[in-house]
Amino acid sequence: MDAILAQLLNGLDKGGAYALIALGLTLVFGTLGVVNFAHGALFMLGAFCAVTFRYLITLETVTVDPTQTTAWGTALEVRTPLAQTWFGDWGAVLIDWSVPLSILLAIPVMLVIGIVMERGLIKHFYKRPHAEQILVTFGLAIVLQEIVKAIFGPNPISQAMPTALRGAADVGALIGLAPGALTYPLWRLVYFLFSAGVIAAVFGFLRFTTFGMVVRAGMADRETVGLLGINIDRRFTIMFGLAAVVAGLAGVMYTPLLPPNYHQGMDFLVLSFVVVVVGGMGSLPGAVAAGFLLGILQSFASMNQIKSILPGIDQIIIYLTAVVILLVRPRGLFGRRGMMEN
Amino acid sequence: MALFQLSRRDALILALFALVVVTMPVWTAPFGANYPGLMQKFAIYAIFAIGFNILFGLTGYLSFGHAAFLGVGSYTAVWSFKLLTMDALPALLLAVVISGLFALVIGFLSLRRSGIYFSILTLAFAQMSYNLAYSVLTPITNGETSLQLTLQDPRLIDLAFTTRGAGLPTASLFGVTLSGLSGFYFCAVVLLIAFFFAQKVFASPFGMMLRGIKSNQMRMSYTGFNTRPYALTAFVISGMYAGLAGALLAVTDPLAGAERMQWTASGEVVLMTILGGVGTLIGPVMGAWLIKYFENIFSSFNEGILSRFFDFIPAPLHDTVVAIASKFVGEGWQLTLGLLFVLVVVFLPGGIMEGVRRIGALFRRGNPPKAGAMRVQPAE
Repeated sequence: MDAILAQLLNGLDKGGAYALIALGLTLVFGTLGVVNFAHGALFMLGAFCAVTFRYLITLETVTVDPTQTTAWGTALEVRTPLAQTWFGDWGAVLIDWSVPLSILLAIPVMLVIGIVMERGLIKHFYKRPHAEQILVTFGLAIVLQEIVKAIFGPNPISQAMPTALRGAADVGALIGLAPGALTYPLWRLVYFLFSAGVIAAVFGFLRFTTFGMVVRAGMADRETVGLLGINIDRRFTIMFGLAAVVAGLAGVMYTPLLPPNYHQGMDFLVLSFVVVVVGGMGSLPGAVAAGFLLGILQSFASMNQIKSILPGIDQIIIYLTAVVILLVRPRGLFGRRGMMEN
Repeated sequence: MALFQLSRRDALILALFALVVVTMPVWTAPFGANYPGLMQKFAIYAIFAIGFNILFGLTGYLSFGHAAFLGVGSYTAVWSFKLLTMDALPALLLAVVISGLFALVIGFLSLRRSGIYFSILTLAFAQMSYNLAYSVLTPITNGETSLQLTLQDPRLIDLAFTTRGAGLPTASLFGVTLSGLSGFYFCAVVLLIAFFFAQKVFASPFGMMLRGIKSNQMRMSYTGFNTRPYALTAFVISGMYAGLAGALLAVTDPLAGAERMQWTASGEVVLMTILGGVGTLIGPVMGAWLIKYFENIFSSFNEGILSRFFDFIPAPLHDTVVAIASKFVGEGWQLTLGLLFVLVVVFLPGGIMEGVRRIGALFRRGNPPKAGAMRVQPAE
């Protein structure tokens, strides 16, 4: 029982990342009808927002202190981060919390990147065949990836999580198990709650605001909404920006779990496409459900008890689930009829 | 014999193509690409792309898992080297048969869906093969270390006639060693046969049927055709082409690794085909050559080469130009490739072949072809 619960929890954070990326992909597909292969690159760019933010707030001034000497007898160099000289102790706290704080940088940056991408390139591809959309966004993803590689180098850059959120939470005690029976890394819990929060925010935005209502109407019947005198294109552009923000935030918060490197976007992209299709193209709840489902299944499949019965299952579980679901339910879990079938 | 007849136009194209392929060592020299290893890759990936185009270009089914068949072909060929003989023909034959069977199974399941669902199904099967090749199937695939020849291989047929020599043997064809230029010419001959077969498919009623599936599958079934067997045949044929290409990779270098089956390899052949021109015969070949050229030559450029190349620019500008250009070659070659994709798709949606057609149209003013009439619309 404990083991099952533990695996369930383990699946949640990865599932959260899948769900967030798939949600953004589905938003773009549902609004603009564009298959965006550069979406993984947006996840990666988000992660590098965190790297940049940390770099900026840890910029240091180096002063030579002649009164102190090092072990070698030379004058000691005192390095003070600028943030500390400006904000005092607050500066140290800022640096400690740099990953969650990078969200503040990531939101505007990703929004701008998303809107520029859509206006600059994607908008010319609404009416083009999906194969061409795939090719152009794939090319764009390579370009973004290479730019990041040129700036930040090819090696992963690890990001520390805040000290307060290191360690493990005793989840078992909360639900009445013996203390220490079921512990779970705190940051993963944070990631899950964070992704649940972002998902809730996106759904709330679409459900309860006028803007969201118009967007939903446009997803259902773009032409009619346009005929009513609403500039639906502009709203869809903003939705693209929003999808970029969602992917970026998923990337920011994932940095302590996986040190960001320039090609991580591609690694997540393939999986998220599987997630989107399993959930049903164009269905937002489907994307979220499939994200968590596949994340949890993956963590179950990596249990030793299961691996001993079905060797190698942990390697293929996601794809196997995708194959089974697509063969049994032709449009994925929540897919609509006629979506992307021809 | 009707089986080997081509229309006059196709025969001319085949003759020209043969000329281009056979003289490859000559015309690649100015580009610095005339070493056998790269020309072998040119020929092999051209076969891969031609085969992929039979499926994608004719039926419009976009497979994202063709690298799996390439990998299966490679593994089969290496096993044939290990167990039977170093002769290339049995290896090719076995690889084609096994990858064809593999394609039959995957195609049978995947073709039950169309559109992006088909793409994801093929992707899922290919990724499963890749992941399994790395983990559970290690006894067959040798996992991360790649399947390779060893000194203890049984090689039943060879050793029945000759004694075991010192060192590892190389692949041969009726006793002629296939390495370097001879290896290239072997691949070139196979490429020409593959090209001829593709021409026959394109011109046949079967090819028409496949085009019908692409343009309107529903109408085809209303006319009374069961389209799935045709699509499945196309899938199996293109899987066999991929297996053939994989076997040739093993012939030129008897080593088979799982990374050949990764989705990036499947993506590469899609890009080759679209870059060259979907649905055309020559297009995929051009796409394959261009991408392989970038991958091998552009990545090896460095500042020294650039500096000599830009010698004609006056000194003050020279260093700046070299500094800027160096970002696009060597380590950064993929940046150029990415930009190339974007530019081609934005300005030449039909790929390189559309560019060729447009240039051709400039010279034929009197008889302007209808705009977009020849443009190949890949179905999704």
